[in-house]
Amino acid sequence: MPQGCAIRKNQYYDSVFLMGVNSRLSKIAGVRQTAVLMGSEKNKVLLGDMGIRAREIDEAGPNDLVIAVLADDEATVRSALEGVDAALHSMEATTTPSEIHTLEDGLRVKSDANLAVVTLPGEYVYAEARKALDAGLHLFIFSSNVSLEQERELKQLALSRGLLVMGPDCGTSILGGVGIGFANAVRRGTIGVIGPSGTGLQEFTCQVHHAGGGISHAIGTGSHDLSNDIGGSTTLMALEALERDPSTDVIALVAKPAGDQTLRVLTARLQACTKPVVVCILGRSDRAPDAGLEWMPTIDAAARAAIEMCGMPATGWTSTLTISDPGLSPDVSARRPPRQRFLRGLFAGGTMCYQSQQILSQAGLTVFSNAPLGVDGLLENPEQSVEHTLIDMGDETYTQGRLHPMIDGTLRAQRILAESVDPEVAVLLLDFVLGTNAAKDPVGDIVGAIIEGRHRRAKEAGNLTVVASICGTEDDSQDLSQQASLLMEAGVHVFWSNARATDYCIELLRDQQEVA
Amino acid sequence: MDIKQRITEANEEVVRRLTSGLPVLVDIAPAGEVIPGMEGKMITHSGPPIEWSRMCGAQQGSVIGSVIYEGWAETPEDARALLDGGEIHLEPNHSHSTVGPMAGTISPSAPVWVVENRTFGNRAFCRQVEPRQQFGDYSPDALDGLRRWRDLFAPTLREALLHLGGVELDPIIIQALQMGDELHNRHSASSSLFANQMAIGIAKAGVPLDRALPTLGHLAGHNLLFLGLAMAAGKAITDPARGVESSSVVIAMCRNGTEFGIQVSGLGDEWFVAPAPVVEGLYLPGFTSSDAGLDMGDSAITETVGWGGFALGGAPGILALVGGTPEDALGYTREMRGITTAKHPTHRMPALGFEGTSVGIDIRKVVQTDVSPIIDTAIAHREAGHPIIGAGMVRAPMECFKGALRAFGRRYTP
Amino acid sequence: MTEPIDDLLRGPLVIVNLGLRGFAESLEAQADDVVQVDWLPPAGGDAEMIDLLDKLL
Repeated sequence: MPQGCAIRKNQYYDSVFLMGVNSRLSKIAGVRQTAVLMGSEKNKVLLGDMGIRAREIDEAGPNDLVIAVLADDEATVRSALEGVDAALHSMEATTTPSEIHTLEDGLRVKSDANLAVVTLPGEYVYAEARKALDAGLHLFIFSSNVSLEQERELKQLALSRGLLVMGPDCGTSILGGVGIGFANAVRRGTIGVIGPSGTGLQEFTCQVHHAGGGISHAIGTGSHDLSNDIGGSTTLMALEALERDPSTDVIALVAKPAGDQTLRVLTARLQACTKPVVVCILGRSDRAPDAGLEWMPTIDAAARAAIEMCGMPATGWTSTLTISDPGLSPDVSARRPPRQRFLRGLFAGGTMCYQSQQILSQAGLTVFSNAPLGVDGLLENPEQSVEHTLIDMGDETYTQGRLHPMIDGTLRAQRILAESVDPEVAVLLLDFVLGTNAAKDPVGDIVGAIIEGRHRRAKEAGNLTVVASICGTEDDSQDLSQQASLLMEAGVHVFWSNARATDYCIELLRDQQEVA
Repeated sequence: MDIKQRITEANEEVVRRLTSGLPVLVDIAPAGEVIPGMEGKMITHSGPPIEWSRMCGAQQGSVIGSVIYEGWAETPEDARALLDGGEIHLEPNHSHSTVGPMAGTISPSAPVWVVENRTFGNRAFCRQVEPRQQFGDYSPDALDGLRRWRDLFAPTLREALLHLGGVELDPIIIQALQMGDELHNRHSASSSLFANQMAIGIAKAGVPLDRALPTLGHLAGHNLLFLGLAMAAGKAITDPARGVESSSVVIAMCRNGTEFGIQVSGLGDEWFVAPAPVVEGLYLPGFTSSDAGLDMGDSAITETVGWGGFALGGAPGILALVGGTPEDALGYTREMRGITTAKHPTHRMPALGFEGTSVGIDIRKVVQTDVSPIIDTAIAHREAGHPIIGAGMVRAPMECFKGALRAFGRRYTP
Repeated sequence: MTEPIDDLLRGPLVIVNLGLRGFAESLEAQADDVVQVDWLPPAGGDAEMIDLLDKLL
């Protein structure tokens, strides 16, 4: 068998080091046997036993390194020996994994931490959150699938220690200008807002921003906080904090439907608030006015009222309706066949879906949804739209094992195509949410489906009007004006608020109904 | 008091004991003379308790070697017959304040290091480290090595030690950690520092040159000499930390080549065992992984007190053991912070900015982080009759820690 | 009397991020003091051990 050896004079290595080099050399294809050892008499005998003999080996001394190779062919012997120095001098580089795997590790690095942000699978949240509370940390829990019982326990423990638990299922907070989770780059100001819904807070803070106002803090409470089970623990605590907070002049509460019992407690507390309060609880706009409380029907109205309470005019408000498109004209609607008369809304933001339902039903339309505002209107099969249907694509049905539609538009794009070819559909209503942690190009992910859908529809009778709102500001990392242009180029009617976009849909549908 | 609080305080107490121990080498003496309970035809071995028939090949080979060395049998066959007949009493070292590397076998006439923990007054013992019989080699050459220790080196060193009145080991340990030893498989610095002291002792004691020179020659060429002292020191340090109620800190880790076992301070003398793991290793020329036995030896007592794999980042000289980069070695060392209770106040590693070694392995943290202690170790043959064949890295089996945590839960939660 | 929550609102935030790296990155982009924890399930997800650890750690 071809063999060869190399000697490195006066290069002493310990045997353990040499085992490493030996192991590396022996992995070369075609190499049968290798020996990397110091030239001691004992080792020379060993080499002889392996059938390796050479004059250089006989002459080598105990401080000389001997490298011997047996291989299938001469070329392999040569190349293995040529690689010896590289093997001696370079150790394989491997990436060092992160050494921070537990909350305790994290606290060792940041012993002055005051907030833990938790995005773990639901089943692990309780234990970690407890540890965070024990360590004196406030919590922002993005995770869902935490039981109400665990949420109640965490919030009780937090309350006893004066700590704030934002969540579970909390999408958004902005604390002193720092957006946590899904948040938009909004102006800082004197309006503090509290809410159980991330997209509700995003929509509110963006509306305040567009109208020239600013936000002191936006405190997410988690979607279950206003349920009767939880009793508004976080909401009440946040309210007290904003009441004390010197940077907050006006307090807003933006919420989805709340438990009756909780609402009674909350109302009383809001009435006693020492700062001006604006309330928008979707699904509760029918509520009779309470003394000293402003109940607003929409997020836009709440934002506007809050700005005015700050003593500012709400500027730039009227210009939020951007569009002049021929699609607006009743003439276009008139060309639709009579059966093409329904609205389909496909939402990334749950609150946008709620608010659109509320606005549409107040306009007298019967609306179906997979996440209905009230007890009526539950869509039997969420995959099968009927009449006017609004789908919350962020609902569990669509997010099991998948990314949220604010991050991944794939499912929504598919659904847009499906709705587009339904001959009964006249108008498609969409929302796009920009800001931290949202998709890098939310419109770009979906606009192809919009173009394709409109194209397919144009080939058949009638055409499809697409209306969209964008929740975002010019300071968000996604280019707001580019996102809007992309939509407008695709013939989409674009608005800076979901309420406005929904109002516009009503106009379109009313035209349609009048014609029909 | 809340159980968690009780555990925290108990662990702090254990760590206080672990970090305040002061090991002093006071003697080297025949095992039968100093080890409590070492009587008659008895051989102690490494690892958790195990009967002869379940011992791995290397440990059986080593026991056979001890039997012949003691003169209880002439041939390996006779030795096996005695052992099969249950005529030799086998017990784990750890039950006798003792530890031993690899097979760990100690018989009454074998010289052991005697280390006293000056803080607590207890003594611990360890056999001599050599490359053959402790790996299962019972050849006449291997046993001659033991006899030279018994007849020449040990009596010489004993004279020197008694003359010096003992040697403090902590200063050597502290220096060696700063000179690139991790005190499990690299003892280049510590052995040398120790040999220096013994040279002075031998000279002072006036040992005749015909014994002094070969003894000093052996010390000078034995770069794992200090392993036996480090192990005895580790055992002397950990024993006073035993039996602290509510403590979840590990006070022994050892292997017999069949099983890996741990003991926990708050769980008495109970062993929590799992099958001994395979060592990921590198082999001496002529051997491969197919020849290798499973993990073996009491030497993981060094990791139990924060050396060995725990201090690998400070010992770049044995990097080839890890098969990787200095970053890997540092990574192992940093990783161990996450499963331990404290950093040693004086055992510091320059490569980590003079950070103290991580001490006080907490079974709760091991289970929680799913990170088990990393150990660097030598490899014995799977069959009896061979010397050392390689070295490598191994993780303590997670099942030991889970078993201990279950027992801990049963004992300390309602 | 100042409550812990007042300190939180006053800032600065010092954040331990458990889980999604993107959340930590978006916080870092806002010049915040964040440590990312590449969190792994306790006990490798062993439910019996997690139960025990809840009581003991």
